Amino acid sequence: MGKVFRFNKDVDTDQIIASQYLLFPTIDEMKEHTFESLNSDFASQVKPGDFVVADENFGCGSSREQAPSVLKALGVKAVIAKSFARIFYRNSINIGMPVIVSKELYDVVSDGDEMELDLQAGLITVGDKQYACTKLPEKMQQILDQGGLIASLNQ
Amino acid sequence: MGMTMAEKIIAAAAGVESCKAGDIETVTIDKLMSNDGTTHLTIDMYNNLKNPHIADTSKLVWIIDHNIPADSPKTAASHKKMRDFAKEHGITFYEGEGVCHQVMMEKHVRPGELIFGADSHTCAYGALGAFGTGVGCTDYLYGMVTGTSWLLVPETIRFNLHGKLNKGVYARDLILTIIGRISANGANYKAMEFAGEGLHELSIADRISICNLCVEAGAKTALMEVDDVALEYLEAHGRQPKALYKSDEDAVFSEVFDIDLSEIQPIVAKPHFVDNVVPAKECEGVKIDEAFLGSCNNGRIEDLRVGAQVIKGKHVADKVRFLVVPASRDVYKQALEEGLLDIFMEAGAMVMNPNCSVCWGACQGVIGEGETLISTGTRNFKGRAGHKDSFVYLASAATVTASAIRGCITVAEDL
Repeated sequence: MGKVFRFNKDVDTDQIIASQYLLFPTIDEMKEHTFESLNSDFASQVKPGDFVVADENFGCGSSREQAPSVLKALGVKAVIAKSFARIFYRNSINIGMPVIVSKELYDVVSDGDEMELDLQAGLITVGDKQYACTKLPEKMQQILDQGGLIASLNQ
Repeated sequence: MGMTMAEKIIAAAAGVESCKAGDIETVTIDKLMSNDGTTHLTIDMYNNLKNPHIADTSKLVWIIDHNIPADSPKTAASHKKMRDFAKEHGITFYEGEGVCHQVMMEKHVRPGELIFGADSHTCAYGALGAFGTGVGCTDYLYGMVTGTSWLLVPETIRFNLHGKLNKGVYARDLILTIIGRISANGANYKAMEFAGEGLHELSIADRISICNLCVEAGAKTALMEVDDVALEYLEAHGRQPKALYKSDEDAVFSEVFDIDLSEIQPIVAKPHFVDNVVPAKECEGVKIDEAFLGSCNNGRIEDLRVGAQVIKGKHVADKVRFLVVPASRDVYKQALEEGLLDIFMEAGAMVMNPNCSVCWGACQGVIGEGETLISTGTRNFKGRAGHKDSFVYLASAATVTASAIRGCITVAEDL
């Protein structure tokens, strides 16, 4: 089980991690500023296994890979949104963080709800209700399965 | 069945005769651009590889432009890492030369190429008929090591441009109008292609401005047919096309828009979304604290000429800062030669070194709590230019300069 942190539509990568932190030497130094502009308690409250749930077009804007990287470093288990912007989606898979499309979830959960995700089965459980989520394209599932794109370079 | 420009470039890069939207192709990348926004992390990942290796060093171009000159010891350390690695491996490297996309257009991009850039505005290269697409540092590293990547062939939205822009209306107004019409994810995963006789009326500066901003509609790339204007630009910059492509008559587009350029009006994108557009006149009177003329979108000599013409003999409003930031060293030198920088400085503007400046809100000209910026930059996201509770309006060089003079949003013709 993990807790839901819920965000609206068109959350851009500047909100996930602002420009002024991007040149910090490491992701670990950046991560405490995650979602600073939208929810300044996020980095201190999020626990490994929690979820980010959002409306349409999550991760639009800048190509900064630091955006999915800080979420992963904080232990976010998956981002589940109605849709994702292209570069964020690709970056997330590349670093081995699941990004899942669900057209329903955003409308039925609230901030702080507990939920469970079964990636293999493509099922989300909230309370006594279950929701199917869209499976990844085969190419992307392969990358995720091997632990991200770089893992394939090390094989 | 015919192919789109995007399909043709990807097919060539994949070494196949044809491909269609929805296919996944393994492609050879022609060039890989990276800037100081992420390269320090790419280098760390590279150094952690089991067998670090660069497929073809001559394809890499590294540019320090986002936080230059460095604003802190941390930035300086990240720059040093990038500079040292580039020199050690013989990577083409620029520092202080200008904003990455402007430098790429001036010195590297060729029609028909497939270019990865670790920056979302890489789609600008479509102005010269190249398939430029933004990637993160993991994709970048994979391309750097293998020389290849995989691409989902995008669908294409076609924009047929007709007629001419009226006096006082600019490419920035056109692309903001289009983004407003199709929305911030209206072209997600897709290519935006521009053609039609109206395209030939647009300068290369206009074309870069249009293609550059297509990512704000979610586009994977932007493409324009290469005409005589583009070929002259290439020739003047000492380059030849790799290949010239245009979409076939029977190519399949996901949507087609016909746009009459003469109907476009001055536009402003209001906080905090690029698709939140209104006619600029509706924003007239909104008080500003700072104005910014620059960026990969509107920092070219053509933009500085527009701004200088508006401000010549006038002065920046009391309590307003006006930052003028040429997009490259070449633009800076040209503006100096033409006397434009004199005009800006006499009017009370601050002329800065070529860099991304306040467009990315991290190193220069950042605005404080409750302040408002009007900008020719690329984005107006919440906090994009500094404090999380500040406001950014996007507009053309003319509107930005007129607003700097009045201290509130102003259409240049109303000055």
